[in-house]
Amino acid sequence: MTALEIALRSVAVLGAFLVLPLLVGQAEHKLMAHMQGRLGPMYAGGFHGWAQLVADGVKFAQKEDITPRAADRWVFRVAPFVALIPYLLALAALPLQRDVVAVDVPGSAVLVLAVASVGALGTLMAGWASANKYALLGALRSAAQLVSYELPLVLAVASACLAAGTLSLTGVVEAWSPWWLIWQLPGALVFLVAALAELQRPPFDMPIADAELVMGPWTEYSGLRFAFFLLAEYAGIVVFSLLFAVLWLGGWRGPFDEALGWLWTLLKGFAVAVLVIWFRVAWPRMREDQLQRLAWLVLLPVALVQLALTGIGVVMTR
Amino acid sequence: MTERHEPKHEAPRETARAEKASNEKASKSGGLLPGILKGLATTAKTATQRTHTHEYPDVAPDLPPRSRGVIALLEENCTSCMLCARECPDWCIYIDSHKETIPATTEGGRDRQRNVLDRFAIDFSLCMYCGICIEVCPFDALFWSPQFEYAETDIRDLLHEKDRLGGWMETVPPPPALDERAAEPAEVTAANKPPRAARAPREPGAARETRAPREPRTPREPRAPRERPT
Repeated sequence: MTALEIALRSVAVLGAFLVLPLLVGQAEHKLMAHMQGRLGPMYAGGFHGWAQLVADGVKFAQKEDITPRAADRWVFRVAPFVALIPYLLALAALPLQRDVVAVDVPGSAVLVLAVASVGALGTLMAGWASANKYALLGALRSAAQLVSYELPLVLAVASACLAAGTLSLTGVVEAWSPWWLIWQLPGALVFLVAALAELQRPPFDMPIADAELVMGPWTEYSGLRFAFFLLAEYAGIVVFSLLFAVLWLGGWRGPFDEALGWLWTLLKGFAVAVLVIWFRVAWPRMREDQLQRLAWLVLLPVALVQLALTGIGVVMTR
Repeated sequence: MTERHEPKHEAPRETARAEKASNEKASKSGGLLPGILKGLATTAKTATQRTHTHEYPDVAPDLPPRSRGVIALLEENCTSCMLCARECPDWCIYIDSHKETIPATTEGGRDRQRNVLDRFAIDFSLCMYCGICIEVCPFDALFWSPQFEYAETDIRDLLHEKDRLGGWMETVPPPPALDERAAEPAEVTAANKPPRAARAPREPGAARETRAPREPRTPREPRAPRERPT
């Protein structure tokens, strides 16, 4: 791989990283508005407010970047990047087609999972460094949530990888067959719920429950650093949606997948992202104890049963 | 004894009733899973229906009747009586006036005085839109107008003088129709009242006869002093 190729691939990933979250964000604006009988943004950019998030970005860039006096300055300033950059790395390892992937590593499933869970560290750092009780409570809630939901998430991915016999995401898609939609369904549902919790999206947004904790770990942030946290949230939705599409929906498998495979992956990922948005509009926030019960008493047993089921299936068919 | 026992019995009965009610509620909504699916269905259905948004600067809003936008002044009706300025809870109405003398029209008549309004201003940065000035005006000089687009970038520009207040009279809607079977407005009743019939000239004999059934007053008067000493 030459230096030029590395540079090109990096730029491509960066471009996707800046565009795809904005697409999801705009979809959320419009879909949420229509689900509530509203229109959503209509002015920015002229046509149905397509440039609303660009305008928001410009607004955030103009705002003052405040660091509280009591804050742990260095940690406070680094936290947004710790939250944001892991998703950039995860996006680089996600394949859109057989050869359309920035970094093709043999254990890409492990890489994506490991890197995506680092992002939560940024939330924890932000909450701890803010020197604010709401931020700290939010950060502790988020830590508790991530510890509980990491396990079912990893088990669900392990089940898909076990079924495929490989840890490479490209390999998983190659091994995928439509039967997986039934065989791996419990694991897929567990992954979807756990990913929602991992992203701290409603109904699992207790860490930033605005009725109780102002804005949770983000309370003290303003300007571009706050925008980075928002971008990290939407980049997280992109990463987990694409991961779901690759592991359980067959990625680029579909008609004309030689030429349009990347489009299939993106469309399937977008459908999952729409589902994530829909859940946010339809469901209220869960309570902290309900969240823990759901993780340990429902998701974990289901994930274990799915793993056993996959093991039996693999042994029987081979 | 029975009184002491009652609360003990009452408490479990109440909780049992509450439990039963919650169970009934759960079975009616179909438990947890159909509930969350119902939420998804509701939002999806709303997304397919028309939105309720009026895009305001492009589309004028449908204001309800009796909207309180701004207070308009009909200067001709104002007598500078100051009732509105006195009743205003935050004193945001400013009135200046002077008296003019109208000379008598007839020979030997008296000169009359008239109030002339010099200044009538409402400070809309103070006004709380209570409408008391409009209620209290006895001469119908103040009206609610639904006009609401008079925002300013400087708070001092919200003090509007009588020419601006009078300009809003054009936007005042006609009074809403009366409710069904409501009483007629006082003005209409007064206008429709039949003129008084002219009195017949008094005749001493006729007057006596009509008064005959009444008790004569004069014998009553001495009674009071008689009762007092007892």
